[in-house]
Amino acid sequence: MEALVLLLAIPFIGGPVLWAIGERDIAPEVNVAFSFLTFVLASVLTAEVVAGGPMVVLEENFFVDALNVFLVTLTAFVGFTTSLFSRPYMRIERDRGRMTPGRLRLYHSMYQMFMFTMLLALTTNNMGILWVAMEAATLATVLLVSVYRTPASLEAAWKYFILCGVGIAQALFGTILLYFAAERVLGREGNALLWTHLNMVKGQLEPTILSIAFVFLLVGYGTKVGLVPLHNWLPDAHAEGPTPISAVLSGLLLNVGLYSVIRCKILADGALDSRFAGNIMMGFGLLSVVVAAFFLSRQRDVKRMFAYSSIEHMGLMTFAFGMGGPIASFAGLLHMTVHSLVKSAIFFAVGHATQKAGTQVMADIRGLMQVSPALGWGLMLGTLAILGMPPFGVFASEFLILTTAMREHPWATPILLLALGVAFAAMFGKVQSMVFGESVLKPLPYSPALAPVFIHLGLGFMLGLWIPPYLAGWYQQAARLLG
Amino acid sequence: MNELGGQVVNLFASALLLIAFAMLAQRRIVTLINLFALQGLALTGSTLTMAIATGQRHLYYSAGITFVLKVLVLPYILHRLIRRLNVKWDIETLINIPTMMLVGIVLVIFAFNLALPISRFSESFARGTLGIALACVLMSFLMMITRSKAVPQVIGFLSMENGIFFAATSATYGMPMVVELGIALDVLVGMVILGVFMFQIREQFDSLDIHNLERLKDD
Repeated sequence: MEALVLLLAIPFIGGPVLWAIGERDIAPEVNVAFSFLTFVLASVLTAEVVAGGPMVVLEENFFVDALNVFLVTLTAFVGFTTSLFSRPYMRIERDRGRMTPGRLRLYHSMYQMFMFTMLLALTTNNMGILWVAMEAATLATVLLVSVYRTPASLEAAWKYFILCGVGIAQALFGTILLYFAAERVLGREGNALLWTHLNMVKGQLEPTILSIAFVFLLVGYGTKVGLVPLHNWLPDAHAEGPTPISAVLSGLLLNVGLYSVIRCKILADGALDSRFAGNIMMGFGLLSVVVAAFFLSRQRDVKRMFAYSSIEHMGLMTFAFGMGGPIASFAGLLHMTVHSLVKSAIFFAVGHATQKAGTQVMADIRGLMQVSPALGWGLMLGTLAILGMPPFGVFASEFLILTTAMREHPWATPILLLALGVAFAAMFGKVQSMVFGESVLKPLPYSPALAPVFIHLGLGFMLGLWIPPYLAGWYQQAARLLG
Repeated sequence: MNELGGQVVNLFASALLLIAFAMLAQRRIVTLINLFALQGLALTGSTLTMAIATGQRHLYYSAGITFVLKVLVLPYILHRLIRRLNVKWDIETLINIPTMMLVGIVLVIFAFNLALPISRFSESFARGTLGIALACVLMSFLMMITRSKAVPQVIGFLSMENGIFFAATSATYGMPMVVELGIALDVLVGMVILGVFMFQIREQFDSLDIHNLERLKDD
């Protein structure tokens, strides 16, 4: 319990502390320190949950089980490595005048607040607080997307704010409907929004209300996940914001959005006694995979391209969770993990590559391998990993998703395969021309953060070959929970 | 008591719907803000009525928060904002009012149809109002889509929040206190950020026209 409180307290304190530190030179190190502490506490919390099973603490307001504990660890881990990456990245941006002291202060303190809101969303037991935390996560990042103050970044941030705000308003309406249904069973006490209570009585919740509520919740949180056709904010926000923010948006925020959807789906499934919730998730998921795959080939901006790739992968996960069943849910959780790791590694590499080139236009980035072999290999391997090449983890999870789809929904398999093929053709060629060839790139004043890239890729590689037994145990437990 | 309470809440609900229509048709930014404040007042009134009729303590607090936030603070921030941005007398020219009204009516019918199966289950005496709440949400949505200036878009966003809040109080006697406080905090912080944001937009584009913000496309 102490670990959980501290886990939330550290980033919450970190925000104001970094605001106070402001432009001083140690701010990036302090940011790393806070992120590292958060990660340590997440590990302690995980150990506690592994030893003692699910816990419901602080008057049942917080709840940690197999499903969210692994996401907490993942969030804290990627948060930590991203803070490592942002150290040299932001110093270079500062030297180039893109980040002023004021902006750096905003960036560091909001980075911690963003971590706090995501950890809160993951650990809270209250569906209302989950909504509040998701909205707060938008608020924490919106000024970071526009931090460069260019016309394009302002536009991206405005879109992000309005679209996510409107989307998440639908989720609030869904939450109210959920409360409305729960109130009839659980009474008007404060616990009618607590997920653990809802989960116990889910069979008695009124199916009509729950089905409408789930649609609202899916649309609302689905906007955050970036499901087509609610995805318009995502490529812009990823492309125009600073790269560390793109990495945490893609690697973490989308996961947390999907996590919210899954929690709602468990309730809807229990109440509805039909495959309604799963079916619409599969629909949204499939549409996202296909649309994103075809948009990939039309991109010229490298960060935009990888943002579309995130939409594609989130769609794939949504499809997997929509199918349900132990194998598909297992695959979905595995995919969530490896996608976070690999996609953020790619953004780390891309971040430094764009700094070297001074542009995000892919046609102008060439010969990465020549100037910086490590960075070139990082980007190349990351791209291969995200495209689902064996032996990386993405291959394992995609394989499981595809085989399950073949067994249960054979009609969907060719569509998925086609989309994955199109994505491969689109991305591989573009990345190849960035990595190989005659170089036009400049060296960087600070040595790039390569360790996070290769740690992430290494973990993604390991998960493709061997999943540690306790991790597999978690996934199985969580998959059982999902039904 | 509940008989009378139900009537009064219905009265406030119809006022809310009427104001939503008025907002759809309003071209002037200043008037739009005043309408928004009025909507907040109607919301406070209905929450207060619910509080008196049911004796739920937290509904009083909720009415208080609504009054302070939606009648005083947010309109004040908005007024200040348009004064400082010098857009006080801006007029939105590109809206076709008769069409908007017709689309609004269609939305109301749709909302009532959608709300019907839900409100059947409500034990609240004000259950008929769920349709109105949903209609307000959809109409604010329409307003956001059709407006091209930043401030009216934001007002549409905030009035959508009003509609959702109304659904919460009328159909369920209000959400738990901690959730309501959280939502209020989010709205407030969001408003402040939007304010900062509008200055950034104006600084960059010399206008608050959202049409400037349509460059990012997938070519």
